[in-house]
Amino acid sequence: MAAGPPAQRRTEVARDGAQPLLSVRGLGIRFKTTQGIWQATRRIDFDIAPGERVGIVGESGCGKTITGLSILRLLPGNFAGLDGKILFDGTDLASCSARQMRAIRGKRIAMIFQEPMSALDPVFTVGHQIAETLRVHTDVSYEEARAKTLEMLRRVGIASPERRIDDYPHQLSGGMRQRVMIAASLICGPQLLIADEPTTALDVTVQAQILELLRDISETSKTALMLITHDLGVVAETCTRMITMYAGEVIEDATVDEALVRPLHPYTSGLLRSLPHLSPRHGRLPSIPGRVPSIAEMPAGCRFRARCAHAAEGCEAEQKLQDAGGGRKVRCWRFAELNLPGALHPPETPTAAKVATQ
Amino acid sequence: MTAASAEQRDEPIVSVRDLQVRFQTSDRRATVKAVDGVNFDVRRGETFGIIGESGSGKTTIGRALVFLLNPSAGAILHDGIDPMALSRREFQNHRRDYQIIFQDPNAALNPRMTILASVLEPLELAGVGSRIERERQAREALERVGLPQEFGERYPHQLSGGQKQRVVIARALTLKPKLIVCDEVVAALDMSIRGDVLNLFADLQRDLGLTYVFITHDLAVVSHISERVAVMYLGQFVELGPTEEVAERPLHPYTIALLSAEPRPLPSSMRQESRIVLQGEVPSPIDPPAGCRFRTRCPHAQPLCTERVPEWRELKPDHWVACHFADRPNYLPNVPERTP
Ligand SMILES: Nc1ncnc2c1ncn2[C@@H]1O[C@H](COP(=O)(O)OP(=O)(O)OP(=O)(O)O)[C@@H](O)[C@H]1O
Ligand SMILES: Nc1ncnc2c1ncn2[C@@H]1O[C@H](COP(=O)(O)OP(=O)(O)O)[C@@H](O)[C@H]1O
Ligand code: SF4
Ligand code: SF4
Ligand SMILES: [Mg+2]
Ligand SMILES: [Mg+2]
Repeated sequence: MAAGPPAQRRTEVARDGAQPLLSVRGLGIRFKTTQGIWQATRRIDFDIAPGERVGIVGESGCGKTITGLSILRLLPGNFAGLDGKILFDGTDLASCSARQMRAIRGKRIAMIFQEPMSALDPVFTVGHQIAETLRVHTDVSYEEARAKTLEMLRRVGIASPERRIDDYPHQLSGGMRQRVMIAASLICGPQLLIADEPTTALDVTVQAQILELLRDISETSKTALMLITHDLGVVAETCTRMITMYAGEVIEDATVDEALVRPLHPYTSGLLRSLPHLSPRHGRLPSIPGRVPSIAEMPAGCRFRARCAHAAEGCEAEQKLQDAGGGRKVRCWRFAELNLPGALHPPETPTAAKVATQ
Repeated sequence: MTAASAEQRDEPIVSVRDLQVRFQTSDRRATVKAVDGVNFDVRRGETFGIIGESGSGKTTIGRALVFLLNPSAGAILHDGIDPMALSRREFQNHRRDYQIIFQDPNAALNPRMTILASVLEPLELAGVGSRIERERQAREALERVGLPQEFGERYPHQLSGGQKQRVVIARALTLKPKLIVCDEVVAALDMSIRGDVLNLFADLQRDLGLTYVFITHDLAVVSHISERVAVMYLGQFVELGPTEEVAERPLHPYTIALLSAEPRPLPSSMRQESRIVLQGEVPSPIDPPAGCRFRTRCPHAQPLCTERVPEWRELKPDHWVACHFADRPNYLPNVPERTP
């Protein structure tokens, strides 16, 4: 029953030298609104190596979802423009033809969402929907598609798939629907799976099943995973690397262990410290004062400045995502002189240790 | 009996006995046993946590506690008295002492009313004092929750989620309640401000002597804020005890699985060695399994678990559990290997 220790599973994918599968450079997205053009995200840079599991974290509205959607060019109708490059295995998805995009979307890059019900068509059986994805992208017979669908349903942990394959989405529970979504997304054997809050709508015991499934699939089929979530625990359980976003920008990029133990950006550190898991029971929770600035009133210079306890002269300058050594990146010019606490900040260590060993 | 004498005798602020709440499904063909036989007391001044997965009946208990819905069976006593036995007027006065706050502050605030008007509304409905006195109380409540004066003149859409939730708390505070049921009150808030709102709840409790029933699906939140915690599954409590005990020495297999499933933001060197991944999902409360309700997902289920409903018993002082085998050390026989 017990799965293997997550500690051992978090094998670091060799990043040095490996050609990235996805390479996002200077990505920015604009929307038309009644108040004019809004720059929702800007200067997004990151890479994902083949088979790597990367978590994209940040608070509501920081740009996680639209970053995921822009990779597949699935942006909403009031989309007003995109800057930068999205290189996927040599093709720039930001500028390739619609035809090239269709050949990639669903086949080589797949995406799953928080609410599987909205992504599944209620009038078709789940088997039909999965098989169709396969038939659109590959030249298989009806029987072959059905056989592959059955196999995939079994693989994502649906018990007696022969009985489930002809069910309609509403006949399934939330956890089963998410499994069906995962099956549909994996049926063409994608190289990259983008999962946007795939477990947020699920209960914690079902979430554990789905996260285990995603980890397993990525390990056995070498599918890279881009996992979008606001839950740092989910990233720690599932991913090898963590990219933190704030107010439309990437502010930190590090391995999960590095980011949790020794965050380099004051925002990452503040987030980790404000989590109730790690603070002594009944004590006061440290919190980050203020709120995320809205797009309409984005400050110049460091976007975290108004809330940052370490703001100093120099922070009003634009901050670049800079190399912090060892493959880490951070958007804060003071990172080297700040010695920021992480999830295991000394005063909290006893409680944290207790949590871990219980 | 008056409330004052109840307080002197240290009577629980709320006593729940054999509470049952049933609903008719929309086609009226079946009955949902949303809460099915729950017993507990809430002690004055404590924070009593209730955790459980979606649909387990937490909100239903919360609504019943403040008489937003009537129990189908069983009793709920406030300070030892049965509010159902009060006259209509007495009941209206009485229920001001027992407030409830929900997850979504947007649903609780009228978008066309200023913040001050929203906070004034319950005072006006209750006909408390003069206009000036009411306004003073409302402004005081806004200050208590840490909102500057000028927020009174704003509208909900001009506030952030955390600020709106503060307004909702201020609104509940104006009537000077003794107890507040907090139903998923931080679930909709961003993580960086969640701590702020939890700190506010703690401050208000200390300053005003409030009692909370804190309902959440978030284990970290409940273990941070509560003195005692109840674990709910399919309409029933399966475990109840001091938070430290339940979190660190859980007795019920469901609690153990729930704790193990919680994703923790810890580096790999500190992660637990193995985790229990429960199979399947929660069965329907229309037709719950016979015997122990958890048996369809329990890794330790035995034939007895189908035959008999486990008794709700106090296995250790103040620590209650409903499992046939919870008192046997290492009662867990071989945990079956998970089928791939
Ligand atoms: N008015 C109603 N009519 C019919 N069934 C209801 C009604 N209210 C609640 N239920 C059912 O009662 C059960 C318990 O509901 P409740 O809302 O208390 O769950 P919960 O633990 O609060 O879940 P969640 O975390 O999703 O809010 C569920 O099965 C629910 O569908
Ligand atoms: N269709 C849209 N029109 C205008 N602004 C949008 C639109 N979609 C997203 N945004 C804005 O872009 C930012 C990032 O959105 P999103 O990626 O959905 O955030 P997240 O997924 O992190 O919650 C937010 O400020 C949001 O308000
Ligand atoms: S640049 Fe300055 S304000 Fe921004 S995070 Fe770094 S120290 Fe804080
Ligand atoms: S009574 Fe049986 S099925 Fe229920 S929790 Fe205990 S061991 Fe599991
Ligand atoms: Mg989103
Ligand atoms: Mg609820």
